[in-house]
Amino acid sequence: MVNKFIRRFYTFLIFGFLYAPIAVLAVFSFNDSKSTAKWEGFTLDWYQSLFSNNYIMKSLYYTVLVALIASVVATIIGTFAAFGLFYMKSWKQKAILNVNSIPILNPDIVTGVSLMTLFVALNVNLGLLTMIIAHVTFCIPYVVLSVLPKLKQMPGEMLEAALDLGATPWYAFKKVIFPEIKPGIITGALIAFTLSIDDFVISFFTTGNGVSNLSIAIYSMARRGIKPEINALSTLMFLTVLVLMLILNKRTKIEEI
Amino acid sequence: MSDKIVKGLNITKEYNGVPVVKNIDFWVKKNQFLTILGPSGCGKTTTLRMIAGFETPTTGQLFFEGKDITNTPPYMRQINTVFQKYALFPHMNIYENIAFGLRINKLNEKEIASKVSKMLELVNLSGFEKRSIHSLSGGQQQRIAIARALVNEPKVLLLDEPLGALDLKLRKEMQIELKNMQRELGITFVYVTHDQEEALTMSDKIIIMNHGEIQQIGSPTDIYNEPENAFVADFIGESNILEGIMIRDYLVQFAERDFTCVDKGFGDNTPIEVVIRPEDIKLVAPEEGLLKGIVKSVVFKGVHYEMLVKEADRTWMIHSTTMEQEGTHVGLMLTPDDIHIMSKEG
Amino acid sequence: MLKKLASGPYLFWIAMFIIVPILMILFFSMVTVESDGSYTFTVSNYVRAFDPIYVTVLLRSLKIAVQATLICLVLGYPMAMILAKMDPRYRTTAVMLFVVPMWMNFLLRTYAWMTILGKNGVLNGILSFFGLPQMTFLYSEGAVLLGMVYNFLPFMVLPIYTVLMKMDKSLIEAAEDLGGNKKTVFTKVVLPLSLPGILSGVSMVFMPAVSTFVISNLLYGGQYMLVGNLIEQQFLVVNDWHFGSAVAMILMLLILVSMAVMNKLGGSGVEEKGVNLW
Repeated sequence: MVNKFIRRFYTFLIFGFLYAPIAVLAVFSFNDSKSTAKWEGFTLDWYQSLFSNNYIMKSLYYTVLVALIASVVATIIGTFAAFGLFYMKSWKQKAILNVNSIPILNPDIVTGVSLMTLFVALNVNLGLLTMIIAHVTFCIPYVVLSVLPKLKQMPGEMLEAALDLGATPWYAFKKVIFPEIKPGIITGALIAFTLSIDDFVISFFTTGNGVSNLSIAIYSMARRGIKPEINALSTLMFLTVLVLMLILNKRTKIEEI
Repeated sequence: MSDKIVKGLNITKEYNGVPVVKNIDFWVKKNQFLTILGPSGCGKTTTLRMIAGFETPTTGQLFFEGKDITNTPPYMRQINTVFQKYALFPHMNIYENIAFGLRINKLNEKEIASKVSKMLELVNLSGFEKRSIHSLSGGQQQRIAIARALVNEPKVLLLDEPLGALDLKLRKEMQIELKNMQRELGITFVYVTHDQEEALTMSDKIIIMNHGEIQQIGSPTDIYNEPENAFVADFIGESNILEGIMIRDYLVQFAERDFTCVDKGFGDNTPIEVVIRPEDIKLVAPEEGLLKGIVKSVVFKGVHYEMLVKEADRTWMIHSTTMEQEGTHVGLMLTPDDIHIMSKEG
Repeated sequence: MLKKLASGPYLFWIAMFIIVPILMILFFSMVTVESDGSYTFTVSNYVRAFDPIYVTVLLRSLKIAVQATLICLVLGYPMAMILAKMDPRYRTTAVMLFVVPMWMNFLLRTYAWMTILGKNGVLNGILSFFGLPQMTFLYSEGAVLLGMVYNFLPFMVLPIYTVLMKMDKSLIEAAEDLGGNKKTVFTKVVLPLSLPGILSGVSMVFMPAVSTFVISNLLYGGQYMLVGNLIEQQFLVVNDWHFGSAVAMILMLLILVSMAVMNKLGGSGVEEKGVNLW
């Protein structure tokens, strides 16, 4: 009995620790004052000023735009890459996969400054394009790593069988290989999309020209102190994530039945 | 026009500089059932994959109906393959699997449907169109794989150990069915296996390979009765192989005795190897035999007894339908045509 | 053919945007620019990194990262065990609720602590409510450590939870059957078997902790506090890319060496993440 109580108490504490800051933000996003220390009455002003904040809205647009382009490009390149790697000699495949894991292992800050160095050396203006290239770069490895296992799980000699029956390599890829690895491609695309949406460090070093994503906007606002609009933004983002997760959870449960 | 439908000339295949197939020449005649037989790693599957077009020979040429197809991609060859692990497409049902090649050739749906159902009839799986691949047993999957390859009406069908994953009883049934199918359809079959019994029962011609080289090409009877070397003799059936010396034509010495034989042309006093099939040795009373020994073990093998007889420092394997008790003194009797002479390897 | 063409764009991409950039900062770290614009090879950038000021920064980064990792492990392991033992009916929801904060923007999570710890923050609000004196929580090492633990705790819990879930329950039953009490079963069976999860969690917390500059910038202020800040400052403020590159190379080396150590310790869990550099 005591054991059970301790377990519950501990769970309560940890969840409290995880959710308290979010709850504080949510509560004070409705506070009729800039203060996060004292409750001064209910208001929706901060939500209004959030939606009329040009900087935040533009950053949101860039975040989604970059995530969409980067995840699509990374998924296409990464899928074909996995296909090519799968049929490569094993030592070659291993060597390339080692390079593939560099952006995963390397601290984001090193990836960020190294890409920035490259862009500057090539005389490319930092901005939307460089940010997209950077995002594609750190997304591709995850796509490769989620598609490659699906190819390995495929029954043997699928490609050969299709070619043998008269399919050109492209037709065989479309009709035989692609349907088999589709789950891996979807997983890879989702990972790429979320990584891109969430990225701060690499974007921070590879963008410029007034192009910023949501993370950069939050960072630069937060450095200048507490902004109640951010509280409102946090609350909305938390709710979005929560709803998405609930839907996802429901769906997997239905599939299990 | 020659009736050699597939021909390989001086074909060598290397992987990273290591030769897997070494300079082989072979041909397959139209409507022939040819088997490439050998232990694993002998290069038989690589040879088959070169005929299919999945591998390109490092050197040498491959001809199909007289045309050089060495560098033709697999989808441009009128050759289809039945894969060892079937390689059926898991996301398609049986109908779609069989229709795959027909769709590439842009047949209309009516033709496709009629061809698929005819094929399913041929492999005794009528009515299975809508079933998924996963619902089939191994034997059924094998039949679908055969149907899928045959529906394209290939001129040559390649089969890579297609019965390897089936149990013994099913394998025997399928052997007979495959042989019948080949006769009825009049298609050339190139069949790869490591099972010598399978090769002997099904084939018109057998190519025996070892270490990437062809050891012997011939009909099943030729290969069984006149193995060209000890490897073939040993691989094709359990044999008694002894060192011997060819004294002169028609006279050979082994087991410290001279025997008359039917072979000639090896040269006088040449070291050779002698092959004697276990079923060719007759057991007689000790005093009637050319050699004398004691029965060391007896095992019943279903149709015959397998006995090991100790004679001097040698052990002979003998197959017989009658049994001698362990420990019995026996005589071994050989006639001249039981003795097969082979030149020494290497 | 297609097989070879397929990986073409990818090979170009990783060569151009992974290998070349790293070679470039390696090059930058080993040269200085002369007045006429030519490059001279030198080790001075690396020598400078061992100046006591910077060594202090490096050591502080390591110390805080190790502390954050240990705290996450101590807090996270029991949590992972509780989640793994939970009634399956509640478990999926509990795990999901555990993951949700992690999916929220990293900067927002850090920002949240600014509003709590700040001079006019929630904590000081509570203190003044009880008539207690105001305190400075923000802009301290403790605040940075707290920010790290808050942000990275799920990275520790999830891999351990996964390993515990996969663990064959009959092993624990066997140990109990053989007379092991709770403590022996835990120390001799559960703990060693969950080692891959621990190692995976440790590396997933340690690596972002040792290289962060966001948490320290927001919760400590814009000084040379951690290695991450040092690199950021050199590239974006001071504009000494040569020294910045040298520090970046040192950080990269540090991470790779600690990865190698993890793998040597038997971290197959690290490999599961697709890491096979060694």
